[in-house]
Amino acid sequence: MSSPSYALRDSATMLRRNLLHARRYPSMTIGVVGMPIVMLLLFVYVFGTALSTGLGGGGDRAAYIAYVVPGILLMTVGSGAMPTAVAVCTDMSEGIVARFRTMAISRSSVLVGHVVGSVIQTMVSLVLVTGVALAIGFRSAAGPLEWLAAAGLLALVCTALTWLAVGLGLASPAPEAASNAVLPLSFLLPFISSAFVPVSSMPGWIRWFAEYQPFTTVIETLRGLLTGTAIGDNGWLSVAWCAGIAVLGFVWSKKQFTRGPR
Amino acid sequence: MKPGADKLCGMTSHHRTAPHGPAIAAHGLRKAYGDKLVLDGIDLAVPQGTVFSLLGPNGAGKTTTVQILSTLVTADGGRASVAGHDLAESPDAVRGAIGVTGQFSAVDNMITGEENMILMADLHHLGRREGRRITAELLERFDLLDAAGKPAASYSGGMRRRLDIAMTLVGAPSVIFLDEPTTGLDPRSRHNMWKAIRDLVAGGVTVFLTTQYLEEADQLADRIAVLNQGRLVAQGTPAELKRLVPGGHVRLQFADATVLAAATRALGTGIPDDEALCLQVPNDGSVRALRALLDRLDDAAVEADALTVHTPDLDDVFFAVTGRPGNEKVQAR
Repeated sequence: MSSPSYALRDSATMLRRNLLHARRYPSMTIGVVGMPIVMLLLFVYVFGTALSTGLGGGGDRAAYIAYVVPGILLMTVGSGAMPTAVAVCTDMSEGIVARFRTMAISRSSVLVGHVVGSVIQTMVSLVLVTGVALAIGFRSAAGPLEWLAAAGLLALVCTALTWLAVGLGLASPAPEAASNAVLPLSFLLPFISSAFVPVSSMPGWIRWFAEYQPFTTVIETLRGLLTGTAIGDNGWLSVAWCAGIAVLGFVWSKKQFTRGPR
Repeated sequence: MKPGADKLCGMTSHHRTAPHGPAIAAHGLRKAYGDKLVLDGIDLAVPQGTVFSLLGPNGAGKTTTVQILSTLVTADGGRASVAGHDLAESPDAVRGAIGVTGQFSAVDNMITGEENMILMADLHHLGRREGRRITAELLERFDLLDAAGKPAASYSGGMRRRLDIAMTLVGAPSVIFLDEPTTGLDPRSRHNMWKAIRDLVAGGVTVFLTTQYLEEADQLADRIAVLNQGRLVAQGTPAELKRLVPGGHVRLQFADATVLAAATRALGTGIPDDEALCLQVPNDGSVRALRALLDRLDDAAVEADALTVHTPDLDDVFFAVTGRPGNEKVQAR
């Protein structure tokens, strides 16, 4: 019963179910794409001129747009983790998941459906956010290859963070707790990174943390791909971080899910 | 039988004709959660095509038994097979043969009734056309056609329970577990559910039903097992269980607690209920036995406000096998 073709088919069925949920209750999805757009406009139009002096650009808003967009794109991925964790946590308390467990279906299809559904939604959000960025003056020198690499990296980050969010959702006793558990992904970590200001401007141990945490690594890679700055070791480090987080999230989630009903 | 049931039977025939053993067999099932022993060695044998009812009060271990037999949780000890497949060795084969309707509705509230049914059809790997056909049939059979396009969250309790059972039937299971299927339903919905269960059995399905309602087990079951604190305290047909008690009982109603106490002393038997001011006394209900009872009350100068005669029912069985009154313990929510 759990042959690979059934696993694929069951996952596709679960994906359809999750996309149906998203279509029926779009408020979460809209909130997810809204937050990074507001942040983008806020940082460009309110703080942009002041912050760009820190870049050594001398108060040039256009330069700040170029600086901030990679971070905003990663923030979009981070905020996509929130509805995932909440949806997984809510789902586990519903009788329907108990029913799935008594059916001869691929066990992990429930989780895979959530992950693929979330990744699709976040990728759509990324297109929208990129559109807004272009509309307010973001210009990239990147060719098709660089754009493709950036999209691939974002998809990889998204997969990793989504599996982590699924694990956090499964571990949370209530949807509110799940929402809090993923807050660092959409809020704290993007700010303590090179998303909005260079880490060299940060003090002491915060600077040390910001320099080595995965968000900075990914942002520097994106920045390199889209605006032509140096990537250095950040490229393979990003891929390693994502692979590590994805595997960890997957194993942890699967272990929690197969352990049985709460 | 309705036409929908007819067609479903055709689909289940390969399940029903293959194994000749019991549909459900369990031996020495044990389960503990921490220090609390929930099931303490349960033996069961349910023949194919029959209704088996597990009867017991809240916390007796009914849901745990269903969870073990439906592969949701694993037993700490003992062996069981369902539809000819060993639970521990081939849980997926068991899952392929069973349908489960839990105590709490197992429907996806965010999507419509029809979408729920199609979801089940897809998970049973039915083709698109076959899935749509079965969905339409079952929605009609359970009187859900009008509500098919509405989200399940907007359904009433009875409708949601009907959708729940309809979803359980999509895969044409040969063994169906119903965990307290009528708890929380109004009397009309309860009778509709009973009818649906009878239709299922007429179609050859084996039904494993848990209930805290004695009447429900009496109405539906071929065999009943009484579960109390993790042990089976009695097993048999409803008639056999009723034979365990020689007669019925009478219920005496009193004006206040003092009179109730006096009556309990005078009769030297029975179960007083201080809240309802009632005394339940074993009595076969014959004129002679009733007269003797009233004479003893008269001798003690105790006056009863009202008297009702109860012929033997499963309440008495429960009392006989557990030493506790069935009524309030069994039906208390």
